[in-house]
Amino acid sequence: MSQRERKVNANPKDVLTGVYYIDGDVAAGYGALAAGCKFVAGYPITPSTEAFEAVCHRGPQVGAVFIQMEDELGSISAIMGAAWAGTKTMTITSGPGYSLMQETIGYGAMLEIPFVLLNIQRGGPSTGVPTKTGQADMMQSRWGAHGDYELIAIAPDSPQEMFDYTLKAFNLAEKYRCPVMIMSDECVGHMTEKVVIPEADKIEIEARRMYTGPASDYLPFKPDPDLVPKMAKAGQGLNLYITGLVHDERGFPVKDAEYRSAYVRRLVDKIRLNKDKIIELREEGIEEAEVIVVSYGISSRVAVKGVEIARQKGIRVGTLRLVTVWPFPDERIAELAKRAKAFVVPEINYGQVVFDVARCAHGKANVVLVPHGGAGVHNPADVADAIEFAARQETPIQGVYEFKTRLEKSVFEGGFKLKE
Amino acid sequence: MAVQRINSKEIHPMENLLRMDRMPHIWCPTCGIGIAVTAFTAALEKAKIDPNAACIVSGIGCTGRVAGYVKLDSFHTTHGRPIAFATGIKVANPKMKVVVFSGDGDLMAIGGNHFIHAARRNIDMLVVCVNNFIYAMTGGQVAPTTPLAAYATTSPYGCVEPPFNIPYIADSSGAVYVARYTALHVRRLTNALTEALNKKGFSVVEVISPCGMYYSRINRLGDGLDMMKFYHDNVEIRHGEDTKNLDIGFQTKIICGKFVDRERPSYMERYNQWLSEVKSLKKDPDVSKGA
Repeated sequence: MSQRERKVNANPKDVLTGVYYIDGDVAAGYGALAAGCKFVAGYPITPSTEAFEAVCHRGPQVGAVFIQMEDELGSISAIMGAAWAGTKTMTITSGPGYSLMQETIGYGAMLEIPFVLLNIQRGGPSTGVPTKTGQADMMQSRWGAHGDYELIAIAPDSPQEMFDYTLKAFNLAEKYRCPVMIMSDECVGHMTEKVVIPEADKIEIEARRMYTGPASDYLPFKPDPDLVPKMAKAGQGLNLYITGLVHDERGFPVKDAEYRSAYVRRLVDKIRLNKDKIIELREEGIEEAEVIVVSYGISSRVAVKGVEIARQKGIRVGTLRLVTVWPFPDERIAELAKRAKAFVVPEINYGQVVFDVARCAHGKANVVLVPHGGAGVHNPADVADAIEFAARQETPIQGVYEFKTRLEKSVFEGGFKLKE
Repeated sequence: MAVQRINSKEIHPMENLLRMDRMPHIWCPTCGIGIAVTAFTAALEKAKIDPNAACIVSGIGCTGRVAGYVKLDSFHTTHGRPIAFATGIKVANPKMKVVVFSGDGDLMAIGGNHFIHAARRNIDMLVVCVNNFIYAMTGGQVAPTTPLAAYATTSPYGCVEPPFNIPYIADSSGAVYVARYTALHVRRLTNALTEALNKKGFSVVEVISPCGMYYSRINRLGDGLDMMKFYHDNVEIRHGEDTKNLDIGFQTKIICGKFVDRERPSYMERYNQWLSEVKSLKKDPDVSKGA
């Protein structure tokens, strides 16, 4: 089937068309159902429970099955099985639950299982601050499981986007047969806003790339020209052999080093080489900018105010919002680094995505991190001050400069010092 | 690569249910897993299971490799998770016949939580647990089934922890069919597997298997044949025995038989019935329709 033919409209039964006043979690749940998700397994964890509850409540109306498993390990394993049974699947979690799921996320990447994982990030590490926000899982979302793999991570910033991008996440998962993470956070998850769910015929769905040829010719891991193989399901009479061991095109385990590197290379390249089609950025006022604010999720909404304050002071500020955080827009950042003076990166952690910005800036522009320890969002005045600092800084700064926010100053008096 | 047959006319009687292109298998001489697989494939035929509507799910370990040799839809999952994975298959597609074939370490240690909860839910699946009393794939470490005082590489002075009694756990967690046999009892094992395959609900068959390479060697119990002799002399068949009495000590008597065979509504039966009976009470959050 060609790329074009796999695009179908959403099933009207699955789409709860209407205008809602709901929170981001619920919107994500409705987005999953609209995308045709028919199996959700989860384990309750704050602040993601509303999304799971929404699916449990509305799921049966659209024929979606839900199950609350005994733990997160069970939830993610169950959705892997359900995906091989032929359904679109999702699991929902946060914080410690996300850590528990990592091994099986690697399994999903290895076996090219299309699934969506909704992570409503909370403060960490460990139990952290369950009811408050954080953005400190960003690197875990990329490197959480052992081994090499690439996946897609999206950071919505409003309940409407939670609906839209959960839907898109399912489409991406089917298109590239890879795990797709929705790296939302407590603020967006618990933020209540107007959400418009359109008619089903306005929603485009990526149908699963199923194998339909004769059983004797089926090679479950033989890629199409875009490096993505066709999927099958249990009970199709194909005698599938699915293993987390490195396998050949038939799915049989192989130990041969050449084959291993070719296989893992393909897992990585199917995302890297299709990067331009996957990456979605929102740029604003970037052409004339001397300082560019790079942000994602809730931090991008807080940054808007900071940018406004800085602009009132006459600083030329542009914004670049990472809608998809992984794969990372290396080339775009590198290109902007040649033109702009500095990047300012507010994120609710002590430096994660900022290091990728610095890697791509490659010393050509200063990189300023506006950190936040979690359990709250940035003070826009800090973002404004960081922009001003970056705009005034005439000399190059080695590595990432960590801006001292008001909160940090009041709490730590300029940070911890090692004593001799 | 298919194995070269000495006599090309000889065909394995179970060839239609085994992946002959995967032979030779990785199991050691004297291992009992192959016997369990043979009994299972025979049971598939006896129970008249459609191979195209059945799948087999394994975890990690020696027994974890079973899925890769049986010609059904085969899933070799992560360590401890085959039951959770199989739950996903069964709930998403209730028409599939789902079998979990894995070892004692995979199902009772790292995967113990999924075992008890699948039994509690009464998910319609057959769990075959090959118990060789040890972690064999990793070289003979102590398992949650290793009998008290038995040696293993990580219990070099004898195992100090009491082992799990698998039928008792299965029974008390809600399994509808529980049986135990050794690798010596091929006929009885095949019959039990046949029965369990046709049983609706969570069924557990424990297969006690010799491990000539690790368990018997470390404990100086002789080779596989000696283990079979031991089973022959020390196994007592007691159908319907209270599962509380099924503990296995070091070289003590092993009680085998069918212990539990009862009826309980399966997960999907309850789920569908519930949905048809229960009406949602919550208000519609669609504001365009009026709050």
